[in-house]
Amino acid sequence: MTHFDVATAAVQAALDAGARYADARVMHRRYESMSARNGEIEQLTQDEDAGIGVRALVGSSWGFFAVPELSDAAARAAGTRAARIATASARVPGPAVDLVPTGGQSGTWASACEADPLSVALADKGDLLVHATKLSHEHGADLAEGRYQIWDTSKWFVSSEGHRIDQRIRECGAGISATVIGDGETQRRSYPSYRGQYGTSGWELIDSLDLGAHAARIAEEARELLTAPMCPSGETTLILGGEQLALQIHESVGHAIELDRILGWEAAFAGTSWLDLNQLGSLRYGSELMNITIDPTIPGALGSFGFDDEGTPAAKRDAVREGRWVGVLAGRDSAAVAGLDYAGSVRSDGWSRLPMVRMTNVGLEPGPHSLDEIIDATDDGILMDINRSWSIDDKRLNFQFGCEVGWEVKNGRRGRMLRNPTYTGIGPQFWRSMDMLSGESIAWGTPNCGKGQPGQIGHTGHPAAPARFTNVRVGVRG
Amino acid sequence: MSRELDLAGRVVELVREIAGPEAEAEAAATYTDRALTRFANSSIHQNVADETTGLRLRLHVDGRTAAGSSTVVTDEGLRVLVERTVAAARLCPPDPAWPGLAPASPVAPGNWDSATAHASPDERADRVRAFVDAAGGLETAGYCRTVNWAGAFANSAGQAVTGRSAEAAMDGIARTGGIDGVARRNTGRLSDLDGAVLGARAAAKARAGAAPIELAPGRYEVVLEPTAVVDILQNLAIFGFNGKAYNERRSFAEPGVAQFDPAITLVDDALDTLGLPYDTEGTPKRRVALVERGVTRTVTHDRRTAAEAGATSTGHALAGGPSFGAVPTNLRLLPDGQDENGSGPTEVAGPVVDSDTAALIVGVRRGLLVTDFWYTRVLDPKSLVVTGLTRNGVWLVEDGEVTTAVRNFRFTQSYPQALAPGGVLGVGRYASLLPDSWDASWWSAPALRLASWNFTGGASG
Repeated sequence: MTHFDVATAAVQAALDAGARYADARVMHRRYESMSARNGEIEQLTQDEDAGIGVRALVGSSWGFFAVPELSDAAARAAGTRAARIATASARVPGPAVDLVPTGGQSGTWASACEADPLSVALADKGDLLVHATKLSHEHGADLAEGRYQIWDTSKWFVSSEGHRIDQRIRECGAGISATVIGDGETQRRSYPSYRGQYGTSGWELIDSLDLGAHAARIAEEARELLTAPMCPSGETTLILGGEQLALQIHESVGHAIELDRILGWEAAFAGTSWLDLNQLGSLRYGSELMNITIDPTIPGALGSFGFDDEGTPAAKRDAVREGRWVGVLAGRDSAAVAGLDYAGSVRSDGWSRLPMVRMTNVGLEPGPHSLDEIIDATDDGILMDINRSWSIDDKRLNFQFGCEVGWEVKNGRRGRMLRNPTYTGIGPQFWRSMDMLSGESIAWGTPNCGKGQPGQIGHTGHPAAPARFTNVRVGVRG
Repeated sequence: MSRELDLAGRVVELVREIAGPEAEAEAAATYTDRALTRFANSSIHQNVADETTGLRLRLHVDGRTAAGSSTVVTDEGLRVLVERTVAAARLCPPDPAWPGLAPASPVAPGNWDSATAHASPDERADRVRAFVDAAGGLETAGYCRTVNWAGAFANSAGQAVTGRSAEAAMDGIARTGGIDGVARRNTGRLSDLDGAVLGARAAAKARAGAAPIELAPGRYEVVLEPTAVVDILQNLAIFGFNGKAYNERRSFAEPGVAQFDPAITLVDDALDTLGLPYDTEGTPKRRVALVERGVTRTVTHDRRTAAEAGATSTGHALAGGPSFGAVPTNLRLLPDGQDENGSGPTEVAGPVVDSDTAALIVGVRRGLLVTDFWYTRVLDPKSLVVTGLTRNGVWLVEDGEVTTAVRNFRFTQSYPQALAPGGVLGVGRYASLLPDSWDASWWSAPALRLASWNFTGGASG
């Protein structure tokens, strides 16, 4: 039996058990991760998982069941079980469920990959991490850590509406960090970001990072931070580096425009959203420099795919245009409830998890300036870069972020390094204060976005460039 | 012999066959039957289940170590897992700090209830129905879940153990006018979960949260309900009592030092709560006293962190542990009077969920009652300064009585400092077992009255 046959058997079994719609995903994923510390390999793990997840709609109630066996019998049993779970859901029924039409899509898609990351010799991968962390340790890091991760995912999707799609998505990424331990506190510098950089790409992405070239610098900067002056407290002009802005987009825009949150489907756990659908198309989200897109078609970005996990083809869409809120991340059922005519943002983190609304690539279109021009134009402010901590309320309004490093900006020049920089604000007020935006955009990958119950880890991408914001509260102390 | 023990044993044998008799190997097979019925807008909108058997292998051959896992448990799948992991180990650099395998040692039986392990979707849906109905028309959201684990561990040093455990949890909110009230409970028996009681409690708290006022940021005395105290335990566990963090001097923990108020006693005890009775290295779990009457006693270890520290494993090895350490996953803050097995407090109406918490509030001249902490993140792991927000209800307490609801706050606070000597003004007499949203971890805590908590801003601005 092919994987398509297995999925088809599961769908048919669900229909036979009373479902009016069903879909099934067979997924096979290989994962590899290696970490190093202070010049020695710390851990190597290679994981493999495979299985089928079946979704059934009985009346207006959903059920989902998943098993790792990929036989005809197991698939049929899974389809039947999904329908039975859906029937139980009807004991606490909700409103009628419809699905916005996508047509019975057929297709094959694969992410671009020059060098298969799972085929690169383990010894070479180890040498890369050992070299970088050894160098960083020698230059003053108490803890020099490095890590890469690789995911190679194949999936086959079939639905009762005629979908028949297979995809292969290869993702990888890496990063290093240097931690120094002082009296009562630690300081850390990372490259290229807190988590590293990730994309739908082959090993060429990790090669391009040139981790070793930055190992000494981050160690020296971390040590310098221990004695740097504290970030002052008060309101100031804030310039954010692109990596931190990527997280700002993720937390205060990406999650806020998830339609399932707006509809209250995540109210008890992930939270809701401050956005009201009645204001879609009219609400002022930010300054006119703010243009946010939802775009799973960006080559190499971590949130890219050919079809989402409901079989909707990838397509670019505006979320915020010239500061006005115009679009959401949606699934077929949530879009129908909201009266929208598009979906395409539903994914799961594996065959055993229910697909749900997730960010794809949610990014800020670049502006007209460079970072140097932004600094030149700033008389008094602080530049912060590389995320260290992140926290935002359950409506995605009140945030507080910490960065690894800050620098004074005085009279158009970058000055002293600042320790423990933090900033806080309210999402729309913050975005409305953005008055300069650079064109130096990078699609940062976030491989650890948590959502859903049971918990799921999502992979998202966030094109972002350095930007400037006015009257921001900084230096919140514990 | 269980299916899981057979699988684990076959993997160990395959390692001997492929890598030779000198290879050291440990294999764990775990069957997980997880079901979760999720509701929102007062109806079931997601209802999921999966049954998975996962195999995890770690081996040490020719002085080198590698690990792998698979859900493909066919004969071919087992062989692929072993061959792949052996090949990976041979390409790895030497591992001079390899701590060796856990010796043969018996484990205690896990906590397991057949009715919970085999609960039907109808049984979970009925509890959701009861929660929704008890909320009296308020909008509700949450979940009811059951999990059944059956596991086995085998290694080439002769350790061969099995265990099983089951749990049930319910966690839900009721909302009115944008104000949320919450109720949650974790237990080994689904029959202990009463959706009606939880729904009524959540609704009472939501109604009591109406018309919240904005208070100025600053330091306030607080009474933290167990739901909020759990967040403190989670962060203490990950960043403080983690043997790896301790070895690397990233932890605040200093064994032998009175770092906490004498009212604080923390133990990690899997055997009296839930989960499999051995860790991922096959070491039996046991009760570990981490803090006794304010004095830090020890941290938790796996075999590697224990070897580095000159200690012995406390049974806290986790998958992925070489990277992030050995973390307590069954941490308990002991209630005042050691009333660990009491029948629980009497329910009371309103924002104070029970008489136990009410007893702590009586002594507060001016302070805040806090239900939940939300989205907490560590600003510095050594001082364990954490920022986050309140959620699901905050109330002003004046002269021992709740006087008004308060809007949510953001706080930035060192957790050890909040529990430092003199900081704890009261500990509840009853501990609640509460579920973790993500991992197979369990947290048990009473309510706490603390002298000071640093609220750094109102959540609305």
